[in-house]
Amino acid sequence: MATNVYMEALSPTMEEGRVVKWHKGDGDAVKTGDTLAEVETDKAVMDLIARADGVLRQVSVAEGQTVPVGKVVAVILGPGETSAAAPASVPSPRPAVAAATGSGERGAVLNVGSGERGAVPSVATPADATRVKASPLARRMAKDAGVDLKLVTGTGPGGRVTKRDLEGRAVATQPAVQREVPLPAPRSPVVGGGGAAYDDVPLTQIRKTIAKRLVTSLGPIPHFFLTTEVDMERAAEARDALNQQRGDQGKISYNDVIIKATALALVKHRACNAWFQDDHIRYWNEVHIGIAVAVEDGLITPVIRNADRKSLVEIGREARELAEKARSRRLQPTEYTGSTFSVSNLGMFEIDQFTAVINPPEAGILAIGSVTQKPVVVGGQLAPGRRMRITMSCDHRVIDGATGAAFLKTLKQMLENPLAMLL
Amino acid sequence: MANTFDVIILGGGPAGYVAAIRSAQLGMTTALVEKDKLGGVCVNIGCIPTKALLHSAHIASMLRDAKEFGVEAGAVKTDYGVAMQRSRKVSDQNSKGVEFLMKKNKVTVVRGTGILQPGRKVKVGSDVYDAKKAVLIATGSRVKGLPQIGLEINKTTVISSDEALFLEKAPTSLAIIGAGAVGMEFANIFHAFGTKVTLIEALARILPLEDAEASDALTRSYKKRGIEVIPAAKVKKGTPAKDKVTLEVEAGGATQKLEVAAVLMAAGRAVNTENIGLAECGVQINERGFIKVDKNLQTTAPGYYAIGDVAGPPMLAHKGMREGVYVTELLAGQKPHSIKYDNVPSVTYCQPEVASIGLTEDLCKERKLEYVAGRFPFSANGRARGTGETEGFVKILREKKYGEILGAHIVGAQASELIHELTVARENEYTVEEVELAIHAHPTLSEAVAQAALDSLGRVVDM
Repeated sequence: MATNVYMEALSPTMEEGRVVKWHKGDGDAVKTGDTLAEVETDKAVMDLIARADGVLRQVSVAEGQTVPVGKVVAVILGPGETSAAAPASVPSPRPAVAAATGSGERGAVLNVGSGERGAVPSVATPADATRVKASPLARRMAKDAGVDLKLVTGTGPGGRVTKRDLEGRAVATQPAVQREVPLPAPRSPVVGGGGAAYDDVPLTQIRKTIAKRLVTSLGPIPHFFLTTEVDMERAAEARDALNQQRGDQGKISYNDVIIKATALALVKHRACNAWFQDDHIRYWNEVHIGIAVAVEDGLITPVIRNADRKSLVEIGREARELAEKARSRRLQPTEYTGSTFSVSNLGMFEIDQFTAVINPPEAGILAIGSVTQKPVVVGGQLAPGRRMRITMSCDHRVIDGATGAAFLKTLKQMLENPLAMLL
Repeated sequence: MANTFDVIILGGGPAGYVAAIRSAQLGMTTALVEKDKLGGVCVNIGCIPTKALLHSAHIASMLRDAKEFGVEAGAVKTDYGVAMQRSRKVSDQNSKGVEFLMKKNKVTVVRGTGILQPGRKVKVGSDVYDAKKAVLIATGSRVKGLPQIGLEINKTTVISSDEALFLEKAPTSLAIIGAGAVGMEFANIFHAFGTKVTLIEALARILPLEDAEASDALTRSYKKRGIEVIPAAKVKKGTPAKDKVTLEVEAGGATQKLEVAAVLMAAGRAVNTENIGLAECGVQINERGFIKVDKNLQTTAPGYYAIGDVAGPPMLAHKGMREGVYVTELLAGQKPHSIKYDNVPSVTYCQPEVASIGLTEDLCKERKLEYVAGRFPFSANGRARGTGETEGFVKILREKKYGEILGAHIVGAQASELIHELTVARENEYTVEEVELAIHAHPTLSEAVAQAALDSLGRVVDM
């Protein structure tokens, strides 16, 4: 089945496009998602993406030429086809604006790609990024599976995402880690007990403006950083005592204590346990901590799910297992996706203090330095103490300075008085 | 070249004539070859005249019950001949309507028997027509008898729907073999016209393809009004005489002899694939007798497509119509909406009507699907009470996790109309919640659909 490639509009305001450069030529094999050409609009240079597999033929627009939206600029022929199924004689299906709002059969879509906004990831987004055409059933399946519908190619009428586009995904993204211990009632009124895993709160106008302005001034994610020094004396004592008692049964590390304390602090500061989602902020009612693990050629963040509800022993065991899996490249996708907040620890490398880069769409990450012995002032006297520096990177679109500081203060209190974690 | 067209369609039934109209709308020159009346079985000896006769039957039964509603109509007299004549008029009007549509859309109608020839050609009489793009085979199906047990259709005592539709008088007694849609509808018609009807079904229940609860409801309804129903029955032998037929029927471990004035064969149909040049063109037949087609409905011979009954089940007019649209849009270079064969509604227009979409409950169990059945009886529906049509129910099978409508089954007045709310819902992947959230006018029969959806969610209101 031949597929027409149309000059399409990214927004209802685009009326014509100039082909800057063809990336594929007549006779080239193309795959769905390939960039066929760069097209200059009134606003930016966009990629024209193939919407079918086959061979590009009948390229009718030369580089530098400007054509109206809706015009057939080429045809993609399927295997065995020698000519188009009469694209020229077929009445042009739909004008540009219809295509831009997502209706109509589409031979190609335009994406923001190279050009003045090179930083935007070149995924196949629909023309209007805030509106995804999807059936109610598909929406439910996607929500359940944690799949972002914007990233799913719809095969229904006009690119509508339907059940079959999601089949297989639901199973693949079931949480890998099951809760082992029955839970007491939610301990904090701050995180909603039971019910949905999260609440989507639409962005207010001021929040939208803040988001836009900060992005343009600081880059895709407007980071800011908060550092605090934590007295680790009592945490160290508690850890040593626990490990002494446990003998050879697997040691509890500082990192395990930090993960647990972070999770509990997030329960009290839901504002930091959130995802930035373009037009809304998703405040999670569950706490899934991503732990940055260095692997041979990079970094991956396996996830400890519901870390707030797990014991130190469980966290320790899981963290070791996940790190081991990460190093041997045996992590399942379900084991490294879906974290709501991350922790990166370079303490073992004797780094005192550093800043970590936020793992989108999360709104924050902690950079943990080493626990060092240093002189501290206790009661007006110099004394040896054990201190650790924590730096929190915050996405300013979600977390404001005071919000992050309040979270960090709770975390500091918990680490300085580990008994507080029992409250 | 006067004999050259973009598309040539063999057969002017529902699949063929709709394909012809859509083809012409898309700007392709189109010829339709038909040896008989336009509209095919559906318009002339199927869907349309039976609906006319069923309405006559419905009026008769309404008049019989009229007294209860405060209307006295005196003794009700029925005359099958008059009802038949009216049904013929309705068919003729519809056939003429199709002819008009052909003219309006500039489709060339070629009268005669078409025979396919290699090279996308169709021979009609001594003329040969060339198709530039494709030949569409839409030759449909016909009734079949059971000659192996002595019941070959003789058109007097052993008849098919073809003859039943032209009877001047209703027979005094009639055995109907096959309790699918055709058998059920004729049982309803003839019973209303005073015939003693015996309905014989080989499978375990009447309407064997419908949900078991629908079969049960219809069995009760038919028995109550005096139609004899014999399921799980085997007709071992039929002996036609001049004005009667003797049947040997084995059911429930016993064999009984049945003497009836006539036998109506309503057990299945045969597709019209003989003597139209299929083999010569390389068009193959599959093991079930249908024309072998790929997902685009193209046959094993490139440029030859099959639509309607010859292309495979379900053998329903509306399925064929959609296939006609699909293939012609494909030929015109469009990307037609794919046909969801699991979302073709099935309707039996007996009283009460039976309509369904999707899976039956038994199939849900067989496929080990997690489901919840929501039900709502019309006896609890205000509108149905008002009209005294409280028989039947709406049943919706909801997938447990996401609320997908796995299947829906309606028995009751207007079931044939009510089913489409659920057909639209399924086509667009609405879940039971979208159905329920839409405000339904009160009082209507459609409220039963919303209530069944609610019941599947465990929060029915009106019961």
